[in-house]
Amino acid sequence: MATITYREALNQALSEEIERDDKVVLMGEEVAQFKGSYKVSEGMLEKFGSDRIIDTPISEAAFSGLAVGAAMMGMRPVVEFMFWSFCYVAFDQIFNNAANVRYMSGGLINVPIVFRGPANGGTNVGATHSHTPENFAANTPGIKVICPATPADAKGMLKSAIRDNDPVCVMENTILYNLQGEVPEEDDFIIPLGKANVVREGSDLSIIAHGKSVHTALEVAQTLDETHKVSAEVVDLRSIRPLDTETILSSVRKTNRVLLVEENKPFCGVDAQIAFLIQDQAFDYLDAPIKRVSAIDAPQAYSKSLENAQIPNHDRVLSKAMELI
Amino acid sequence: MEGLHHDTIVDGEEDDSPAKKQDSPVEEELVGDVRIEDFSEKQINHSLAPEERVNLYEQMVRIRRFEERSLRSYQQGHIGGFLHLYIGQEAVAVGAVSVMGEDDHVITAYRDHGHALAVGMDMDECMAELYGKKTGCSKGKGGSMHFFAPDKNFWGGHGIVGGQTPLGLGIAYALKFNKKAGSCLCFMGDGATNQGPFYESLNLASLWNLPVVYVIENNGYSMGTAEARHSAGEPLARRGDMFDIDWSVSHGHDMYEVRHTINDALERAHNESRPSVLEIVTYRYRGHSVADPDQTYRSKEEIEEYKKSKDPINLYKEKLIAEGHLTEGSALEIDRLAKEEAEASAEFAQASPLPEPTELMDDIYWETDNPASKTSQGTMFFETP
Ligand SMILES: Cc1ncc(C[n+]2csc(CCOP(=O)(O)OP(=O)(O)O)c2C)c(N)n1
Ligand SMILES: [Mg+2]
Repeated sequence: MATITYREALNQALSEEIERDDKVVLMGEEVAQFKGSYKVSEGMLEKFGSDRIIDTPISEAAFSGLAVGAAMMGMRPVVEFMFWSFCYVAFDQIFNNAANVRYMSGGLINVPIVFRGPANGGTNVGATHSHTPENFAANTPGIKVICPATPADAKGMLKSAIRDNDPVCVMENTILYNLQGEVPEEDDFIIPLGKANVVREGSDLSIIAHGKSVHTALEVAQTLDETHKVSAEVVDLRSIRPLDTETILSSVRKTNRVLLVEENKPFCGVDAQIAFLIQDQAFDYLDAPIKRVSAIDAPQAYSKSLENAQIPNHDRVLSKAMELI
Repeated sequence: MEGLHHDTIVDGEEDDSPAKKQDSPVEEELVGDVRIEDFSEKQINHSLAPEERVNLYEQMVRIRRFEERSLRSYQQGHIGGFLHLYIGQEAVAVGAVSVMGEDDHVITAYRDHGHALAVGMDMDECMAELYGKKTGCSKGKGGSMHFFAPDKNFWGGHGIVGGQTPLGLGIAYALKFNKKAGSCLCFMGDGATNQGPFYESLNLASLWNLPVVYVIENNGYSMGTAEARHSAGEPLARRGDMFDIDWSVSHGHDMYEVRHTINDALERAHNESRPSVLEIVTYRYRGHSVADPDQTYRSKEEIEEYKKSKDPINLYKEKLIAEGHLTEGSALEIDRLAKEEAEASAEFAQASPLPEPTELMDDIYWETDNPASKTSQGTMFFETP
C-alpha cells in the first residue's frame, strides 16, 4: 500500500489508462498547460503530449458533444469539467446525446465516455459553483454515476469508468482532493462500479452516505460510539447507478434503523430513491422511520457560516441519529 | 419569394466571400431573378457515367415516393408523433452523399429520411421504424427523427435543433485522431444556425483544423418563422467567416451545383483538414411536420411557384433528358418502381411485429446488453416490466 492523495489517485488512474489504451484522451479547460484547475493532470502533458491531453476553449457544449461524437466512433474520451456546476451548459450533449444514442439506435452504437470533475459545495464559492448533480445524472437511464470518497476508490473506480463501454459521470470533490489514503500498489488495481463499501461495522444503526458525507458519517459514528455507546454502521455507496441495493438492504436488516446522509438537496435527492428502496424491500425490518440529512433546501450560500450550516455537518447528522435511538 | 431567403445570388448583387469565387461561371443563364450557373461541366459532374447520372435521379425519386407513402400511412394512423418530410430538398442529400468517399461520414437533424435513404438504408427498415415496429432500423425505439446506420457512416437523426453540431465535430475529430483522410458532413437547418453550440463548434472546428463540413439546408423557415424573422445578418453561411472558415451559398435545386459545392468542401477537408460552412438554399413543400397545417406563415402561391420553377427532381429530369441519358418513358418507369418499392415497404412495416414491452430494457447500456462481459455490480434499473 502507498499513501497518496485523492488528487494523485485520479492522476494515476488517468495516466495508467492513457498508457494502456491509445483511444483514451483527456480533454477540458486548463487540463494541459495549466495542469488542471485543481492540478489533477499535473505532469500529464509532458508525459503524453498534446494529442492526448487537450486544452479546450470555454465551450462545454462543443467539447462535450465533440467527445460524444468521438466516442460514437470508438474513442474513449475523458472530459473534465472544471466544476460539475458547468455541465448545465452542456446538458443536451450529456443527457440527450451521450445518454440516448444507444437506445435510439436500437443498440447499434455505444458511447464509452467519462465526464468527470468536482461536484460539491463547501468551498465558499456560492450557488453557481456548488452543484451536486448526481441525482439528475442518475435519473437518466443510459448514464452511470459514481461518487468516490477515498483515494483508493478514486483510482480504482475511475479506471473502471474509463474502461466501461457506457457513459459514466464521475463526481469528485475539491475538498477531498488533498485527502490522503492508502491505495494498493498492485499492477492493475480496479474497483468495479456498483459495489458499496461497509466502511465501519455496527449493530444499532446504519448511516448510508456517499461522497464527502461518508467522512461526516464516520466522524458521527465515532462520536456515537465514544459518547453514547451506540454502534453505528457506515455504508459508503460509492456508486449511485448502478446501485448496490444488496449491501444497503443487508445493513438495514442487521441494524433495523437507517439514517441517510448526502449533500444533495432533499427534493428528489439520491436518498429519496434509497428511502423508497428500503421501505419497499425491508419494511418489516425497520424499527423506526427512515431519517435523512441533506443539504438545507436553499441555493448554496456564499458565507462560510451559512454554508457550514447548510451542508450536512457533524452536529446535524449526530442530532438526527439521536432521534433514531 | 420575397422575404423568404436572404438570397445573395440575386442578379446584380456581388458576393465576394472567399469560398464563393473559386471558379468563374462556365455559362450563366437567368431564371427568374436568380442567376444560375451551369455546373454540369465541372469536373465532378463531367466525369459522371450515364448510369451514375440516372442513379442520382432514381435516388431522389425514391426519397420522394417513400415520403409520400409515409404521409399516407400517417394519415391512416399507422405512424404517430412527428413526421418531418424532406420533400423539395431531395437534391441536397442525394447530391451530397453521391460525392462522399469511404471515410466520409454523415450526421443530420430530425428531417432525416432523405439522408438515410441516400446513404443506402433500405425503405423497409425505415418505414418499419416509422411504424414503430421491431423490424425498424432502431427496433422501434428511435422513430422518424432518429434513424441510424453506423455501418453506412450515418450517425443519425437528431431531434434537438443544433444538438448534432458538436457531434459532427467529434466525428471529424476522431477521423483526424485516427489519421483518416475523411470528413463529416453535418447537416442542419437554417433555424439551427441560431443555437449556441453551433458557434462553439465552429470555433473549435477552425481552431483545431477539423475536417467537418456544416451544410445549412436553408429551406427558408424555422418551423413557421421565415429566415428574415429569425436571423440577423445575411447570408447565414457568412457566420463561418468570423472563425476564418471558408463558406459559400449555393442552390439546392440543382443537383450538379450541390455535388460541385460539396465536393469542393470535401477536398478542403481531405487535403487541408479544414472545415467549411455551406449554405444550400432549398425549400420544403410540406408543413414543418405533418402536424403543421401550413396556413399561417406562407402563401400557397409561394409553394406553387417553387414547385413550378425549382423542383429539384423536375429540373434534373429535364437536364438528363436534354443530355440524352433519360427519356420520359424511362423516367416513368423509375417512378413506377419507386412507388412499388415504397408500397412494398409499407406492407412490410404493416406486417412486421411490434416490439415487446420487455424490449424496453434492451439497448440502454452496452453492459446490460452484453452480460457475459459485465464488469460492474449492483442494480442498474429501478423499475422493469
Ligand atoms: C432545442 C430545440 N428547440 C426547439 C425545437 C423544436 N423545433 C423542432 S424543428 C424546429 C425548427 C428548426 O428549423 P430549421 O433548423 O430551419 O430546420 P428545418 O425544420 O427547416 O429542417 C423547432 C423550433 C427542438 N427540436 N429543439
Ligand atoms: Mg429550415
